[in-house]
Amino acid sequence: MKTVEEIKAAIEAAVPGSGVEIIPNPSVCGQHSLLLAPASAVAVATFLRDDAELALDFLSNATGVDWLDREVSEKVKVTRTVTKPVDGVDQDVEETVEETVKRLVPGYLEAVYHLFSVAKGHGPVILRMRTANRSDQVSLPSLTPVWRGAEFQEREIFDLYGIVFTGHPDLRRLLMWDEFKDHPMRRDYVEPDDFEYEPTAHDEVLKRAEEHRAKLAGAQEVAPA
Amino acid sequence: MSTSGFVQEKEKREGWNRPPHIEPDGEGELLELAMGPHHPSTHGVFRMDVALDGERVIRLKPVFGYLHRNHEKLGETQSYLASMPFTDRLDYICPMTNNWAYALAVEKLTGQQVPERAEYLRVIVGELTRIVNHASAVGFLIQEMGASGTPLMYAFKEREKVLDLFEALTGARMMVNYMRFGGLRVDATPAWLDGARKVLAGLPKFVDEFENLLTGNEILMARTQGVGILRPDLAVNAGVTGPMLRASGVNYDLRKVDGYGIYNRFNFRVPLGDHGDIYDRFMIRLLEIRESFKILEQALKDIPAGPVMDPKAKLRGFRPKPGEAYGRIEAPKGELGFYLISDGSPNPYRYRVRPPSLINLTILEDMCLGANVADVVLIFGSVDIVLGEVDR
Repeated sequence: MKTVEEIKAAIEAAVPGSGVEIIPNPSVCGQHSLLLAPASAVAVATFLRDDAELALDFLSNATGVDWLDREVSEKVKVTRTVTKPVDGVDQDVEETVEETVKRLVPGYLEAVYHLFSVAKGHGPVILRMRTANRSDQVSLPSLTPVWRGAEFQEREIFDLYGIVFTGHPDLRRLLMWDEFKDHPMRRDYVEPDDFEYEPTAHDEVLKRAEEHRAKLAGAQEVAPA
Repeated sequence: MSTSGFVQEKEKREGWNRPPHIEPDGEGELLELAMGPHHPSTHGVFRMDVALDGERVIRLKPVFGYLHRNHEKLGETQSYLASMPFTDRLDYICPMTNNWAYALAVEKLTGQQVPERAEYLRVIVGELTRIVNHASAVGFLIQEMGASGTPLMYAFKEREKVLDLFEALTGARMMVNYMRFGGLRVDATPAWLDGARKVLAGLPKFVDEFENLLTGNEILMARTQGVGILRPDLAVNAGVTGPMLRASGVNYDLRKVDGYGIYNRFNFRVPLGDHGDIYDRFMIRLLEIRESFKILEQALKDIPAGPVMDPKAKLRGFRPKPGEAYGRIEAPKGELGFYLISDGSPNPYRYRVRPPSLINLTILEDMCLGANVADVVLIFGSVDIVLGEVDR
């Protein structure tokens, strides 16, 4: 099978300006992945499926990953001009110092696809797509028109992670019920406080029940009748 | 039941890999029927919303989630090893292969080596699981055809013998929790191996009996031949795997393709179907049981002595280096995969199960459209699913 570098070159030759990036995988199994730009993802996917040599006709696994905002500390060499007394006279001297800079990497949601070839028996080729952020720009193009195998799995990602797949023929929640609001597989998901009554309330169960009742009573006082 | 959101618009059904649009014949009203969630043929809690024109199915929407417990979230909140007993509860008919797929994915992530004897024992318990699964699947299928009891009890009689073996080996009939990263939890005694040989010697007779009873049966042939046909190109595109895919004539068995474990040492063939109908799916399962006998005979003959656990393997304080891995095996129902992302902490950052049962249901509507409502039960039964794995 072709290496990821060769597949990347083939994609760039077939779909110009597709902007494919290789995401290395440090694990021993060496399953590196290709990061697709959402704008050209469907064209790239169609090429991967129909290319005679790659023939990736089978989409095995499609899943979501949630990456939270994270702070990265980096050591940066900074050169600046400092006024220092040299031989008793103040002079401007260039000085290089190492500084720790904290940088906020914004979080994103990621869709990961594992492709194999039934015709050729090789694989996996791993595709990734990333949303712009985790809150309002969460749409990605759907690969279901290319591989029907993504149909339920993209519905599951939509349900549990909240990625909206444009072009999906039937995007509804798969596992949670339709009225459910949140996306339970997100890393910062908090369970709703729907705790009401347990028949043998004692100890911490009783404490939680009382807290819940106090919260409800407080809410009713504030809300206008 | 309201029709909103249920009957799809026509344009959503365009494209070669979408289910076709079927026009009602225009006489009378459509009947909308919810089959399930508590229907004896749904193998658990599963619902099919069906629109019927007379007896003919013109729409079918599967509804999932009645058994959803967010298995994947649980996997992220606990250590790698703590997820092992939970995998038993995915496809509870085949706990051994669930363990195996998870252990294989972690071994890919860390590069651990499995001792020779453990590989042989994995093949032995894995193939015994396949026999149990296929026998029960066929038994349930015949049960749904209306042959109450008899064939299913024949299948369960043999299943019981294998479950006794599992109990002797692991202490549990079904929730076995047997495999570990880099080996197995306990070794098999010589007496257990003799017991396995004895059970194996009786199994071909059971399949012969089963085939005498069923394969030439006129009612079975009339109900299943030419019903629920799945085209091979659609099957591949829709990610269908396992006996379903091979019944449509696609030669794709991960035991041959990936050769994971030590499968490339064994001599066996991959049975393929011609028509992709229910009868082919039924026959493929019986033929695969016979191929499993061959593998088991060779494995029980060649099994070497030695340890069953990598002595360097670490179970407590297990922290894989950052990275990700996707491991998959040929489970009895299809391709069972685990996708793990490690960030170097004791818990996986992402723990994903690729459930063959769920993905094989993608084409349920395509197979059922135009069929009679009584055949829906059979077509669904021939997919062979377990709801513990569909909903996770």
